[in-house]
Amino acid sequence: MFTLKTLKFSFALISAVFLSLFNSQAQTVRLGQAISESQLSNFDLVAGPDGSGFPAGSGTAKAGKAVFDSKCAACHAATGEGVSGNTILVGGDIHSEGNPLRTVGSYWPHASTVFDFIRRAMPANAPKSLSGKEVYQVTAYVLFLNDIIDEETVLNKESLMEIQMPNKDGFIDLSHLH
Amino acid sequence: MSDELDRVAGKGLINRRHLLKVGLGGIGTALTTNAFGADAGLKLQIPQWSQRPGPGTSNYGSPSPFTGHLQRSAGTPNPIYPGGGASRSPLQHLQGTITPNSLHFERHHSGVPAIDPAQHKLVINGLVDQPLVFSYEDLLKYPMVSKIYFLECSGNSGTLYGKTPTDGSAQSIHGLVSGAEWTGIPLSTLLDEAGVKTEAKWIAAVGADGASMGRSVPLAKALDDVMVALYQNGEPIRPEQGYPMRLFVPGWEGNISVKWLTQLKLTQEASHFRDETSKYTDTMTDRRSLQFTFPMGTKSLITSPSGQMLLPHKGVYKVTGIAWSGAGSIRRVEVSADGGRSWADAMIESHQSEKALARFSIPWQWDGGDGILQSRATDSAGNIQPSRDTLLAERGLISFYHYHGIQSWGINTAGEIKNVYT
Repeated sequence: MFTLKTLKFSFALISAVFLSLFNSQAQTVRLGQAISESQLSNFDLVAGPDGSGFPAGSGTAKAGKAVFDSKCAACHAATGEGVSGNTILVGGDIHSEGNPLRTVGSYWPHASTVFDFIRRAMPANAPKSLSGKEVYQVTAYVLFLNDIIDEETVLNKESLMEIQMPNKDGFIDLSHLH
Repeated sequence: MSDELDRVAGKGLINRRHLLKVGLGGIGTALTTNAFGADAGLKLQIPQWSQRPGPGTSNYGSPSPFTGHLQRSAGTPNPIYPGGGASRSPLQHLQGTITPNSLHFERHHSGVPAIDPAQHKLVINGLVDQPLVFSYEDLLKYPMVSKIYFLECSGNSGTLYGKTPTDGSAQSIHGLVSGAEWTGIPLSTLLDEAGVKTEAKWIAAVGADGASMGRSVPLAKALDDVMVALYQNGEPIRPEQGYPMRLFVPGWEGNISVKWLTQLKLTQEASHFRDETSKYTDTMTDRRSLQFTFPMGTKSLITSPSGQMLLPHKGVYKVTGIAWSGAGSIRRVEVSADGGRSWADAMIESHQSEKALARFSIPWQWDGGDGILQSRATDSAGNIQPSRDTLLAERGLISFYHYHGIQSWGINTAGEIKNVYT
């Protein structure tokens, strides 16, 4: 017959065996397939303000106008004045009375975000249909419409990093709180 | 009869225990008949449906045709924002703390992608020892956890920043919150497998929708309680919730729980995506904007009786609602019927889990006069839901996101209920 003591011991032993089985099983589930960053070059489209993730190529606002006219102006209007709230790309003053109009020019802190968003999400009816060169061109055009660069400025991976957005100091990063 | 009720606060609030003692009928809805009366002329008969067999089993269940009014508010398509927009949960018709999957709120930035799980990939790359790609089939083999959490869009209730109160319902004002059991793989498991480099501090999470919607998640949170969710309330996640998989970031603004998750890129700095710079940032009165304001505030609202409902007669009603907090669990909910002059503790009817909806109720006798119903939540961290005035004093009127002030439902002598400011 089992005494209480042996019962306890058996339980402890079974628990230990079970736990070790479970742990070893958990540790052996490693099913990710190795892949290299070069194999991800067409897949990873994230481009950040640190300059990472930008493709080769370049473009000017002058060249971007034609692309914008044919692929963007239907929603954003010819010079970015937009057709409704979220399609307005230009104007606004963060210090204006009432609720300020927040646009690329008046609000966005990083030029990289303009490139990154256009590249992955625009045009809304055919996202990711622009070539890398076209994304540089349209980004340049949107920045030009906001008087941030001039028409001839060649936008590429390096020059994009040097652009100072008007509201770049307008944000307080609270990520340290979390 | 009313003299026998144990009144605990102004304008008819009754001790929360009273329901249990008197066995108030019609507990599921507020707008039922007076449970204290009895109709002497009533004679019950066996109904028709008890006199014949009904249809048999079905391969996929449907709700009763009598509950057809339980609908999300999907809105109308916007040609310049294809697939974009939100639908809201019909909070005023729901009970408990779990939102049915068909009624869970939605927010899409480029519609719902039609993803074939056999071809979907989840990539982990960037600052890792070994970039990895996972198939859906393989992810199903990992040990998983199941947790009940709320999910709330940070734009929920944003209309209440407006200068005049919207004439709306619990659904139209607050319907961008839902609750579900989410089952998935702790993100830390997959990150361990790839090996996170010491310089990594953030994760760029990217969806496979048309917008490739992206958000940056701090690594510390990712290693804490974030999961790659594959199931919602026991079934594979619905397409509009991210099928075949989504990131789930408990307690934080819904947008960061990236749906249709396809990439997790470890980075040193945040990626400053559109949806964490241009959107989902909070402009203060000094015109500086707060960025990465992730946790959702301590919040509650009365879902019944609520905006655009009608109290058909004087009598005892069950006041019920939901409460939640991104900072912990719900410890207490108080209710006022006199616009905040006096408060009574509501009964918590549900579990009180971390970062999950809790359900509260309290009986209330409406005497036919006017009044203002409010609820006020306190969470396990000691945070108390602020009044609208207190919230606006802190955040101003330019802000749009993270509204979590006290909701006021005004009742007039006709029994009409409207969203009001006090």
